[in-house]
This record gives sequence, structure tokens and C-alpha cells, in this order.
Amino acid sequence: MKKIGVFICHCGVNIAGTVDVKRVAREIGEIEDVVHSEDYIYMCSDPGQLLIRKAIREDGLNGVVVACCSPSMHEVTFRKAVKAEGLNPYVCEIANIREHCSWVHQRDTERATQKAAEIIRSVLEKLRQNEALETLTMPLTKRVLVVGGGIAGITTSVDLADAGYEVILVERRPSVGGKLLQLSQTFPSLDDSRCLLGPKRVEIRGHPKIKVMLYCEVEEVKGFVGNFDVRIRAKSAYVDWEKCTACGQCVEKCPVKVPSEFERGLKVRKAIYTWAPPGDSAKPVIDPGQCSHFLDDDCAICQEACSEKAIDYHQEDRYFEERVGAIVVATGYDLFPMEMIGEYGYGRILDVIDGLAFERMLSPSGPTGGEIRRPSDGRIPREVVFIQCAASRDPERYMPYCSRVCCMYTAKHAKLLKRKASGAQPYIFFMDIRTDSKGYEQFLQRAIEEEELIYLRGRVARVFQEGDKVMVWGEDTLTNRKVEIAADMVVLATAIVPSQGIQDLAAKLRATTDRHGFLTEAHIKLYPVESPTKGLFLAGCGQGPKDITDTVAQASATASKIQSLFSQDVLSQDPLVAFVDPEICSGCGICVQVCPYEAREMDEYRGISRVHEALCQGCGACIASCPNNACELRNSKAVQVFRMIEVFEDQQKRGSADERAVHGH
Amino acid sequence: MREPSMGIEPSEGKKGRSFIEEVQERSGENIRLCYQCLKCTAGCPTAPYMDFNPNAIVRMIQWGLKQEVLESKAIWLCVSCEACGTRCPNDIDIGLLMDTLREMSLDEGYQAREKGIVTLHNAFMESIRRGGRVHEATMMVEYKLRSGDYWTDLVSGVKLFMKGKFPLLPRRIKGMNSIREIYRKAQKKVDKGG
Repeated sequence: MKKIGVFICHCGVNIAGTVDVKRVAREIGEIEDVVHSEDYIYMCSDPGQLLIRKAIREDGLNGVVVACCSPSMHEVTFRKAVKAEGLNPYVCEIANIREHCSWVHQRDTERATQKAAEIIRSVLEKLRQNEALETLTMPLTKRVLVVGGGIAGITTSVDLADAGYEVILVERRPSVGGKLLQLSQTFPSLDDSRCLLGPKRVEIRGHPKIKVMLYCEVEEVKGFVGNFDVRIRAKSAYVDWEKCTACGQCVEKCPVKVPSEFERGLKVRKAIYTWAPPGDSAKPVIDPGQCSHFLDDDCAICQEACSEKAIDYHQEDRYFEERVGAIVVATGYDLFPMEMIGEYGYGRILDVIDGLAFERMLSPSGPTGGEIRRPSDGRIPREVVFIQCAASRDPERYMPYCSRVCCMYTAKHAKLLKRKASGAQPYIFFMDIRTDSKGYEQFLQRAIEEEELIYLRGRVARVFQEGDKVMVWGEDTLTNRKVEIAADMVVLATAIVPSQGIQDLAAKLRATTDRHGFLTEAHIKLYPVESPTKGLFLAGCGQGPKDITDTVAQASATASKIQSLFSQDVLSQDPLVAFVDPEICSGCGICVQVCPYEAREMDEYRGISRVHEALCQGCGACIASCPNNACELRNSKAVQVFRMIEVFEDQQKRGSADERAVHGH
Repeated sequence: MREPSMGIEPSEGKKGRSFIEEVQERSGENIRLCYQCLKCTAGCPTAPYMDFNPNAIVRMIQWGLKQEVLESKAIWLCVSCEACGTRCPNDIDIGLLMDTLREMSLDEGYQAREKGIVTLHNAFMESIRRGGRVHEATMMVEYKLRSGDYWTDLVSGVKLFMKGKFPLLPRRIKGMNSIREIYRKAQKKVDKGG
């Protein structure tokens, strides 16, 4: 017979404030095979764990139930404690009486207490049928794929490469640097972005452990943590980069001019172009959607201009296979398409621009050589209106979240505007000002004090052209006054959204995203850089809006998490996976089709289905779809689940009988 | 849609010292520091009677709305209790600021929206000029004559008189020479133009 110990945690007042833990411990202690039942204020603390270990030793327990918070919090903690006393960790189960009970029934102590006891009884049923399982091990490839070559991807790559691991850095543009490459000076220190990025770029370029793959995209991902097989597509640049010396002749001669994406439309680029402004020995690519060679098949000017014969109109996409143990998703952000907000006139009024375009204006290498000039007539503006929260914090129409960087960069923009354009007056419309990091509030207050910034609290209602002015209608809600400003230029602090194509990539990686497309983390506090999909790690704005400081911190955190993963020789995995009863399986193959992890395959010789235990994540899809009930999940077998349900049913029957008795029926 | 009632003064029209610079110089307070926490307004006993709350006055100075500020009722309704300045997290003495604004309003010849209060201020200052301290009876007579408002507060005035709060004869202080000197210096300053 089992000798089970039940340990009920108060979780401070989180559980004990609602559930009568003493009563639960007493009632559960009366169950026949429960030889030890007690409560304690914090079970997860050191003394709490020692309490469990002492009981195992003294009462000779062979099963443990800890009634506490969600297993996603502390299942690992308690299984480790149990293992330390020589028990198999899989005879320790968690009864979740916090998230599933005390937190949701805070006003009803009596029934919450009953429910807590029921939950524990049901977990006891499960435990009675548990098997002692052994951890699975599998090989580990100690190489990393980093997707995205912005400051996040670069930081992670350098950290990992310095630690001695091979890194493959995939960037879809022809240059690394990401959005940081487009920025001018960065808050709060006003460092030039080039000074932040330059040394890092040099580091990755010469690093023997880093393979930078520019103008490449992840095509397909197979496998699992420790052993991912990745197929990478090198997009055809129509330029042989081996031969190209980045002399720039082709770009200069090309007759086709289109708005530059990098310069946010403030300047034109050619059909053959480098992503960033020339000067970084960046190699060019041809945009086949714009190039007249591809559209009309007659132009070959760039080919003629190239002395190295590097232009190759017939170049095709190439594919590379790589095996890696971990993947970092550092895909960054894009800006919300502001054309969608009609009342701000973006796209219709030339002098309404977004923050990134303003960054380009501020940048010495930008389209205006670092001068602030209106896009419409090149005049230096005097009255400049900045609109914060453009498409952010607007749950009904656009994005409900705060984009986190706009308050600071708008203050920075206004400050730099005053420095660059003498006599200019910035007006800033805001809802709240959020300066939540070190030195930020001081930066803001100094800017307001020294640069005579005018902050107006309220959302702008309308922006429209009147003559050569851009009229801005808003209200200052602190003084309840309507405000009308005849501005020369309007700058929108646009919402940050996940970078284009993230949903596609997430599907390939089996990564989960929230409803806005930001990658979700395994736990917002405890596992903030891990994806719920094992082996996937997150860094930068792809996970949520953040500034450079936080991005770099997160990127290094990701690198160190991967290093700890790689510190083992083999990977161990939870054995709570599916298994097949070969006597029952009919070999229909439904499970192979439904498995999202490619963990099921047919054993052609025996005519039945098999489980690839290293791939199985224990999701249960095959079990639900098996027509013969031949599939089961270890330690969550059908018989266990049914017995758990029965506990609740019995209790309900008893409950209604009691009620009838009370009401005299 | 309601028409916007006002525009912020464009910076292009700025000539010489701006309003905020003038106010800062005269009051010695750094008005740009205000981040509109509204603690001043929250504690102000006269804010409910003001046309613009104290925080709005500060903000309007930042915007350069000189005429509206100097014509406002708010600057005259302030009783200089100093609750605002004592509590201000940016150490702006708003009571003192209001005093500066009253001075500027008079200097620039603006019509005070609260005429009675200006009259009372003048009667008060005259009373001190005469005796070195306020003599309530003559001050009230002077106020009544100047304002032409004879009946308001008559009942409470009679009650105060019956309790002996209005001594009939003024008492002069010892240092009348110093008082005269103070007034002379102040007048000189006013004649010079602020």
C-alpha cells in the first residue's frame, strides 16, 4: 500500500486567506493511505522543503502531494526535494489550490475549503497510479541560430561566440544593425547610434565563431531542442558578393529611382542599392520588383558599370542546411502603418512624418545631412508638433499597449530640434509621460527646463493642411482649453508592432505569439527569455516593445540561458510523454497526422505507430484522436484521469444529498 | 465641432523677452520646472472661485498667454496662504508668483477683474502708510468710499465693532520714519518701471 504525505502551503495569505488550511490538513489526514498531512506558511521555502524531506525520511513516504500554487511555478522545486531523499521525482504531484481555488473563490471560505480538499483527493487518485519514471536523455548540438541582426541578435551572438559556441546569425536585410542603424542619437546619454553599433559590427565581422548570413531567411525548421535542423534561404542579390568590392559604381549609374525604405521615404534609392547609406563597405542587392532589367529586360547599365563583373542577373536563391541546438528569435519591430489613422493625415500631408523619419533627419548621414527640414519645401520648421501615443494605448481602434520608447524619444527629438533649428518651438501632446528607467526622468525634466518644451496633455483630434501650415487641433486637459497650433511640421510617435512576417516565422518555429504578434515567453517573470517551445529563446522587441538598454540586457540574458543549456553533455527531458499499447494499435496513422511535433511515426514492419520520445512534448493530441484508445500519456493515463473526475462527481452527489437533507426533502 | 477658442502664441512673433522670462525674472521662480501634478490646485482654498486654477496659471505662463493671465480673476483671488508653495515638489512659490502677477497686471495697466480686491489692497497699503500698521476703522471707511459699496458686510461690521474689534483711535508705531523710507523706496522702484 502507498504511504502518502500531503503538504498544504499557506502561500502567505494567498491560500490561507481564503482556504481553511488547518481543516483541509485534518480532513486529508484521515484518508487511509495518507500517513502524513500538514500545513506550512511557505512550502517552497527552505524550511518548507526540509519539512517534506524530513517526513519522507521519518514516515517512509513513497508518494508526495504538495497542495500549493500552479505546477508551472514549483513542480520542479518539489520534485528536486523529493529526489534528494532518494524517491523517484515522478511520485511527487502538485495539487493546485491557489490559481484553481483560493484566488478565484476569495469571498467564499466554506466552499473554497471544500474545493481545496476535493482537488487534493483527486490528485491523490492520480498519484496512486503513478509510475516511477526515468528522465530521458538525448544528444545536444552546441551551436546556435540567431534570427535577426539588430542590436539584440548581435549582442546575443557576440556573447555566445565569446563563450566558445558557434553562432549562425541570419539577417534578412543586406546589412546588420537593424533599427538602431536608422537612429541618430540615443536617449538618455545621447550616444550616437553608430558609436554603439560600430564596435559590435566589427566584432561579429571578424569573429571566428560567428557566421553572418546576410540577405537570408529561415525557410524551414525541423527537430527539437538540442537538435534543430534549419533550412536557410539565401535570397538572390543578383550580385556576386564574392567579387563585389563595394565600390558603388553600379548604384551611381542605375537610372531607376524609388523611395528609400531606410530613409523612410525622405530620399530616393536606386533599383540596385545598399540597405544602409554607403560607407560601411555594404554590398548592394538588386530589387527585381523595381529594376528595369527584370521589368523590361533591356537595361544592363549596372552590369556594364561593374569592373569586377559581379552583377549576375541569373543568380538564384541558394539553400543551406544547418543543425543547431538552440534558436534565438531577435526579429525586432516595425512601425504601425500610420496611414490607417485618417485624422493625423500621415501619407496625405507631406509634413506629417513619423519618429523614425525624424531620426533620419537628425542623423548626420541622413537625407538632410543632419538638418531638420520640412519634406514639402525643405524649409527649416519653427513650430513643430509631436504627437505621442499615436496608435498606442488605443484599445478600441489600434494597439492597446504602451510602446514604451516614445515618451523618451519624443523628449529627445524635441531637445535635438531646439539644438539644430534655432528658434524652433516644440509642442508635445501626451497622455502620460512614462520615464521608467535609470536617468530617464532627469533627462526629461532637464529637457523641459532647458529647452522650453511645451507639453500639452491630451490627444490630438485633427491634423489638416491650411496653406503651407499643418493645423493641429487638440485640447490641453490640464487647463481644459482647446488648443490650435499652426505648425510647420508634425512628428508622430508611432506605435511599435512586431516586425513584418513574424507570424510566418513563428509558425515555422512553432513559437507562440500573442494576439498582436509579439512572441510569448514561457513565464513573464520566471522565464522571460524562453519561449514555451523548448530550445527557442527570445531577445528584443519581437517579444514586446523595449528600449535599447532593456534589449541588450535581454539579449545577454538569452545568451547566458543558452550557455547554461549547453553546459550539459546530453539533454534530459521529462519522461511525461505519450506511449502506445502495441496490442491495441491498429496502425491507422491518425496520430502521425495530428502530432504537431513530428514525434509520431509508423513502424512499417510491425504495422503500428511509434512515439519518438525525444520529440514528444506530451500535448495529448494523439491520445485524444486515437480511435482505439491505444495511445496513453505517462502518468496521465485514462484510468487516472477518470478516477480524478470521479472524485469530483462523488463530492457533487454528496453535496446535493447534504443540501436535500438541510432543506428537509 | 466646437471652434478652438485659442491658439498658442507662435514663437515666430516673439520679440525681446518672453512673458515667461519676465515673470521668472520678477518672481525669481523657475516656472519651467512645473510638471503639472496639480498639488497646488488640490490644496488651494480659493481655487473653486478662480477662473483658472493655480496650475493652469502656471501653464498659461509657460505658453506665453500674457493678457489672459494678467486679466484673470485668479491672480486677485489668491489669499497668499502659501499652501501651494509649501507643497510644490519643484519648489515653485506660487503665492509669491501670484503677487508678482498682480504687480505686473497693475504696472501694465490691465483692468483687474476683481475691482474690490484691488481697492481693498490699496486701502490696506494706505492705512499702513499713515500709521505703520492697519487701523481697521479708517481702512474700512476708505475702502467703502473708494469702492462705493456701502452696504456689504455691514452687519458683521457692526458686530465686530460691538466686540471692540474696531478701535476708534489709530495707534501709531514707533518707527514711522522707517515706514516712510520703505514706501519712498518702493515708490521709486515703481516709478522706474518695475
